[in-house]
Amino acid sequence: MNAVLAAIALLVLGSAAAALALRNLIHSALLLILSWLGIALFFLWADAEFAAFAQVLVYVGAVSMVVLFAVLLTRQSRADLSVTAQSRGRAAAGVGAALAVAAVLAFAVLRTPLPVPSGLRSAVTVRQLGGELMGPHAGALLLVGVLLTVTLLGAVTIAGAGRLPPDGKDQP
Amino acid sequence: MTILQFFLWSLLKVAVVTVVMLLAVAYTVLLERKLVGRIQNRWGPSRVGPFGLLQPLVDGAKSFLKEDIIPTGVYRPLYLIAPIIALGCALISIAVVPFGEPVSIAGSPHLFQISDVNIGLLVVLGVTSIGVYGIALAGWSSNNKYSLLGALRSSAQLVSYELALGLSLVGVVLRAGTLNLRLIVEQQSTQGMLTWNLFGGGQFVAFFIYLMAAYAETNRSPFDLPEAESELIAGHLTEYSGFKYALFFMAEYFGMCALSGMAVTLFLGGWQAPCAFLEVVPSYVWFALKLLGLLLGFIWIRATLPRLRIDQLTRLAWKFLVPLALINLGTAGFWIRSAGWAGPLQPLRWAVALALVALPFLLIGRKLTAGIGPRIYRYAAP
Repeated sequence: MNAVLAAIALLVLGSAAAALALRNLIHSALLLILSWLGIALFFLWADAEFAAFAQVLVYVGAVSMVVLFAVLLTRQSRADLSVTAQSRGRAAAGVGAALAVAAVLAFAVLRTPLPVPSGLRSAVTVRQLGGELMGPHAGALLLVGVLLTVTLLGAVTIAGAGRLPPDGKDQP
Repeated sequence: MTILQFFLWSLLKVAVVTVVMLLAVAYTVLLERKLVGRIQNRWGPSRVGPFGLLQPLVDGAKSFLKEDIIPTGVYRPLYLIAPIIALGCALISIAVVPFGEPVSIAGSPHLFQISDVNIGLLVVLGVTSIGVYGIALAGWSSNNKYSLLGALRSSAQLVSYELALGLSLVGVVLRAGTLNLRLIVEQQSTQGMLTWNLFGGGQFVAFFIYLMAAYAETNRSPFDLPEAESELIAGHLTEYSGFKYALFFMAEYFGMCALSGMAVTLFLGGWQAPCAFLEVVPSYVWFALKLLGLLLGFIWIRATLPRLRIDQLTRLAWKFLVPLALINLGTAGFWIRSAGWAGPLQPLRWAVALALVALPFLLIGRKLTAGIGPRIYRYAAP
């Protein structure tokens, strides 16, 4: 059983690392999708069917489609991509932000009590999942929703910047 | 039942379903060509066999024997894998649809459903959403501007309509309280036709939202912009020929069958007979009849409606279908919450539910069509 888990972990981490390392954007996007599929496989391995197919539906189906869409619409050649940091301060800030996020995640994972199921197969139904999400975890769900909306608005603002002429009106 | 038995049974079921579906798809193509022909006042295929009935076999042989051309400029790995992704995803989603009442012989698993999954509905949605990659990758790897434009259009279209598709199904799930397709069908069976989700569950609007989204998801007319031949040659299919083209073609029809099968299962009572005395007809025949009816709808729509423009397409999805689906979700919630209302509250329940269905439709529809008057023919007689 642990060999399967190791294989899935290798798939997820390997494809994610390769996605970071490759210079061709399309290949990176496809490897990212493979990595997300690996996470869905991990959920299936852990008998969490609902989470697995929610992962497929949301990440593999929709989010990555948007990513692919953006990549197809923007530049494709690897020559005009610059991966060096613009200044030392920026690089430090990036590393600092990444470390902070990793620290928060590690703290949350380590501090959360994870109950080990007693039986071989957990019998959580979708109804129970929904009750949990809408009851005790409703606040977290709302926060995530607000966060996603803000991110989306930010993305639209960044993408829309530079498209408008200085007076702010759409050109006919 | 041992693992080996389970494996053999599953293999048998998969083989039978694939063969039956392949035949069904072949003859759906013929039916479509015949019907569209008749609607356009011509005969359609009529030369091979009686009434052209052997035409699908000839078409199949032709696509097998055609020269397999791979243009030099394509990105080969993705170019070759794209049709397989498209067809594979369309096939997988059929695996969870129950097309007959639970029957088992000699300790076999349920005969008329390949796999009875607890989250069948989610499996279909997830697999359908992966199917887009077939088109997107085909468009990108073909190294052709028309292909790429077709792929972009199709990904925009599928992302837009998937939301409406998923939201329209939430009402059904609310009513059934499960994502298991077999249980959803059985739960619609109490009063025959009256308790089908289409009529009994207050999901009348959801059915039509689902149908429109399904037409868009399968790239069928009037939403066939990704392969609009007058604008994009053949969209993502431009560089494909021979058997790989046939794979895409089959994927489209398999997708039609899968989404129609889902509509039958979720809204039209699945394999149930409409009334008790009609139960002498076997359940799989009912399923096939309902499926055929929906497929005829696909064909009829294709022969009738002109293609939309891309802005009309996205506007229909985001400004009309998604709000209506959200409101329909509220209506379904109200209907389930008020299930205990009796006496004078009963008419009130119906009135509120009907108002919740009809008013938003009228208001949104009126707002969207404001300023679009009847066409004035200045230089030609109407």
